[in-house]
Amino acid sequence: MKTRPVSLKVRRPDPAAKWQLRLYVAGQTQKSSEALANLKRICDTHLAGRYRIEVVDLVKKPSLAAGDQILALPTLVRKLPPPARKIIGNLSSEHRVLVGLDLRTS
Amino acid sequence: MAKVSITNGATKKAEAVSAKSRGGLAKCPTGIAGFDEISEGGLPRGRPTLLCGSAGCGKTLLAVEFLVRGAAQFNEPGVFVSFEESSPELAENVRSLGFNLEQWVARKKIAVDHVAIERSEIEETGEYDLEGLFIRLDHAVKSVGAKRIVLDTLEALFSGLSNEAIVRAELRRLFRWLKDRRLTAVITGERGEDSLTRYGLEEYVADCVILLDHRVSDQITTRRLRIVKYRGSLHGTNEYPFLISSHGVSVLPITSLTLDYPVCEERISTGVRGVDDMLGGKGYYRGSSILITGQPGTGKTSLGAHLVDAACRRGERAIIFAYEESVSQVVRNLRSVGLDLGRWTKKRLLEVHAARPTLYGVERHLVEMHERVGEFDPSVVFVDPMNGLSITDQAIELQSILVRLIDFLKQQGITAAFSQLYTADTLHEPVGISSLMDCWLELRNEEKDGLHRRTIFIRKSRGMSHSNRRHEFMLSSRGFRLEPLPDLVAQHAPRTELV
Repeated sequence: MKTRPVSLKVRRPDPAAKWQLRLYVAGQTQKSSEALANLKRICDTHLAGRYRIEVVDLVKKPSLAAGDQILALPTLVRKLPPPARKIIGNLSSEHRVLVGLDLRTS
Repeated sequence: MAKVSITNGATKKAEAVSAKSRGGLAKCPTGIAGFDEISEGGLPRGRPTLLCGSAGCGKTLLAVEFLVRGAAQFNEPGVFVSFEESSPELAENVRSLGFNLEQWVARKKIAVDHVAIERSEIEETGEYDLEGLFIRLDHAVKSVGAKRIVLDTLEALFSGLSNEAIVRAELRRLFRWLKDRRLTAVITGERGEDSLTRYGLEEYVADCVILLDHRVSDQITTRRLRIVKYRGSLHGTNEYPFLISSHGVSVLPITSLTLDYPVCEERISTGVRGVDDMLGGKGYYRGSSILITGQPGTGKTSLGAHLVDAACRRGERAIIFAYEESVSQVVRNLRSVGLDLGRWTKKRLLEVHAARPTLYGVERHLVEMHERVGEFDPSVVFVDPMNGLSITDQAIELQSILVRLIDFLKQQGITAAFSQLYTADTLHEPVGISSLMDCWLELRNEEKDGLHRRTIFIRKSRGMSHSNRRHEFMLSSRGFRLEPLPDLVAQHAPRTELV
């Protein structure tokens, strides 16, 4: 799938794109707060002013888990721009998150 | 909906066993024909069971049946978590078994959750757990008040997620979670190269492991089921054949072997007065099993058909299982000996089932016989010939199945006649089978003075005095008739053979 040449260059973000991110968590766990903090930091760095984060607590809304096929937590879903992408974990590696969001090729 | 006619007896017994919780371990009846018998009551209640086998061996179908029967027969709602098939695919696949999954979903008795994991779409970074899966399971279980749950197949987690350490830790937590909620769970797993499951799921499931297998021999596929392990419970240890039919899964033997069937003192006519006379003047015992042996053309079918005809004349129902001729052929040929079976089929007193024995494995015929008998509720059954059921090499295995079939018929109080064909080169006696029979009639065709003499001889007849002489009989358009026996009683000293 990923056949593009290896490059560590940060792509120039498309200013027209509206970034809608959804972070699925289960309650106020350490992993959830780490993931949210990591995500905010990365977005502020690379998507300043063009993103929106929606946090979904599945403990409160369990019925929402099936829709985005959530299994692991925390899971970050890029709702927009399409196609939808998923990153699981506490988002500790900025590089992996950028690759996952398709902001950077791996 | 799922037909349960033949399983009712087994199910009731299973419930009784479950209630008693034999050996202290509570059982959860599956309602699957035969399974509750070999597992002495079903699956361990409130515990996980591992169901493993290679692709296409019937794991998913068996698991679905466990849930559907749970909802239909035991008022135990269930959850099906599918890691492979989507809900519509699953519903489509089980429809051929007569299970309407959507109907149970609509009635909120079964919840289906398709958990799709697409590794190529997922990036992993940092720590995570599978709490999302637990939340979904919990949600599904609560939505229907589930007592049963199926996870089909959990191994998808290993191929979908790269961090095996996390997956293993979470699996351990999952099995504890299932136990804490007292869910009777079925976890399916794909057969590994030299382990029960490819990812070693067996190490998490300590209570019950069931292995399914299918193999081809003599161009006939046979499916086998074996309970590898069942902690704290008695269970059958053999490999049992099982079938997937339009009524779901049937594990053979469908019934257990017991010797506690009711004995009937009532006598019924053989349909031939002379033969009644030979049997102490009263005919067979009702509910007994009768073996009719002889070479080709000795009149076995006619004698059996007379029994059937006599039953229909009394207004009772009967079934003929014909393994040599088509239905119309059976009816036509018997008309030549004065038996009009057509009128009984019209009156819905008689069913004739014809099948080529080679068409399916013998198990399928036996299951079909169980189903037909369960549906039609006959008082007389005639199997013509029994050889049709024993053409394969697996003679010993077959015999044990036949034993149980005979047993099943006895338990239902059904009078059952079996014809057995002997050709010149197989004149050996059916020792194994004859011991199960209460009555054994031997027919012969002998040439004497350029004439064929047909004779009938009672090899044995338990519990009654009977003729010990070889009698001559005629087979004509007037039927099966013994030569006049004016002094039948005088000609021989009746003896009583009590076996």
